[in-house]
Amino acid sequence: MRILSSSVGRKILMSITGQLLIIFILIHLIGNSTIFFGPNGINAYAEHLHSLPPLVWAFRLFMLAAIAVHIAYGVTLTLENKAANPGAYAVKRNLKASFASENMIWTGLLVLCFIGYHLLQFTIHGTPDVVVGLDSANRPDVFRMVVTSFGNALISLAYMFAMLMLFLHLSHGIPSFLQTMGWNNEKTIPAFGTGGKVISAILMLAYISIPAVILAGLLKL
Amino acid sequence: MNLTLHVWRQSGPKAPGKLEQYEAKNVSPDQSFLEMLDEVNEHLIKEGKDPIAFDHDCREGICGMCSQVINGVPHGGQERTTVCQLHMRRFNDGDTIYIEPWRALAFPIQKDLIVDRNALEKIMQAGGYTSCHTGGVADGNAILVPKQDADYAMDAAECIGCGACVAACPNGSAMLYTSAKVAQLAALPQGQAEAAERVCAMTEAMQEAGFGNCSNHYECMAACPKGINVKFIAKLNREYQKALFK
Ligand code: HEM
Ligand code: SF4
Ligand code: FES
Repeated sequence: MRILSSSVGRKILMSITGQLLIIFILIHLIGNSTIFFGPNGINAYAEHLHSLPPLVWAFRLFMLAAIAVHIAYGVTLTLENKAANPGAYAVKRNLKASFASENMIWTGLLVLCFIGYHLLQFTIHGTPDVVVGLDSANRPDVFRMVVTSFGNALISLAYMFAMLMLFLHLSHGIPSFLQTMGWNNEKTIPAFGTGGKVISAILMLAYISIPAVILAGLLKL
Repeated sequence: MNLTLHVWRQSGPKAPGKLEQYEAKNVSPDQSFLEMLDEVNEHLIKEGKDPIAFDHDCREGICGMCSQVINGVPHGGQERTTVCQLHMRRFNDGDTIYIEPWRALAFPIQKDLIVDRNALEKIMQAGGYTSCHTGGVADGNAILVPKQDADYAMDAAECIGCGACVAACPNGSAMLYTSAKVAQLAALPQGQAEAAERVCAMTEAMQEAGFGNCSNHYECMAACPKGINVKFIAKLNREYQKALFK
């Protein structure tokens, strides 16, 4: 298929998978924020979410496919781009490219490491800090698990660092996916540049608020 | 004023190159950058040395031949200015100036500051045209073009094919150049018939010629001496999506 080999086509696939990941991030944030309603909030939410196992698995496979495509093309495009630019300037001054735009592959791979860790911890329960149990209503006690783990400052800091990487990735990723889809014109180009940074910053702060609030002792068991 | 130049010298495509230092003395602020180099070359010739080879032609900012990366920016970083239109009043006495060729996989160095930009022609040959019957000259107003479309096409047509966008791009991509050509023809009625083939053929030719992929750094737009806007890259992306369903 032409789209899979074309330079522009593969970017469109990166853009679409990136958008799917962003939608997931938004839904995940809304879901996670039920933690501010205490055990009854997040434990009820988690139970609802997992009440239909086939749907859960369909969704997981879909996200896995999206991220696999995103990573595969992210890596190949980056390798091709490095090869196309011998990078041999003795002096090179960038007028527009940013730290975020130049390090998409690294912030992306760090986010990937985080996703691996996050799944190992809260989905597979494979890290030593995780406490698994049931709450008084016989639901899996997600609240206790999260509050206990985030009570460890090192774990909370790792999450905050990962969210900083996500911020960097999206501060370029949001304006970039709009441009790749062609949803852009002379006026929106600078506006989306700023808007992308603002939205990524809001996302980062919102996600960070959970470990921050727990570390500060405002959300307790 | 007196300047210290560090110029990339390379005797041939395969030869190793290196930066060499030259002193440019008594430079007039009214000289253009190329005139300053002409004078350096005259001294080199008098000393029996090989003059610095660089591309140039019109020296009035329209042909796109001049191509030097000056202090890390293609064309030297003055907004909408080619090297030939850059003047020495932009510099200060005692400045050190680094002069290098365009650097990209698709632009092999020929000699010193001269690179081979045929790769851009390969993109053009792949679709940068509209097919028409030859014969008697058609009436100029036979096909009406709305003013807005004509303006848009003219903005894209400002591209002089210099390749600064490639030289500036961290990915050595020619997307700004290619998009300017695609958008120019896509905006006009004459360009419609071949629009879908054109965008596919030109982007494939870009890839085959060794240019990288666009990752939206917008470094090209900042370096372009004609102010070609990256909105044309968005237009190319839209044209490509339309072509997918053709
Ligand atoms: C939750 C995770 C992620 C989200 C939300 C996300 C989102 C995005 C978005 C929206 C773009 C812009 C696409 C475009 O320019 O059209 C992008 C680009 C990119 N992503 Fe991700 N991404 C994620 C994870 C990753 C991972 C794990 C990698 C690792 C390889 C990665 C590597 C890249 C690269 C290299 C680019 C730049 C591609 C280019 O412009 O050529 N991303 N990402
Ligand atoms: S888009 Fe600008 S920088 Fe690129 S070739 Fe055309 S005139 Fe030169
Ligand atoms: S020499 Fe023609 S544009 Fe500079």
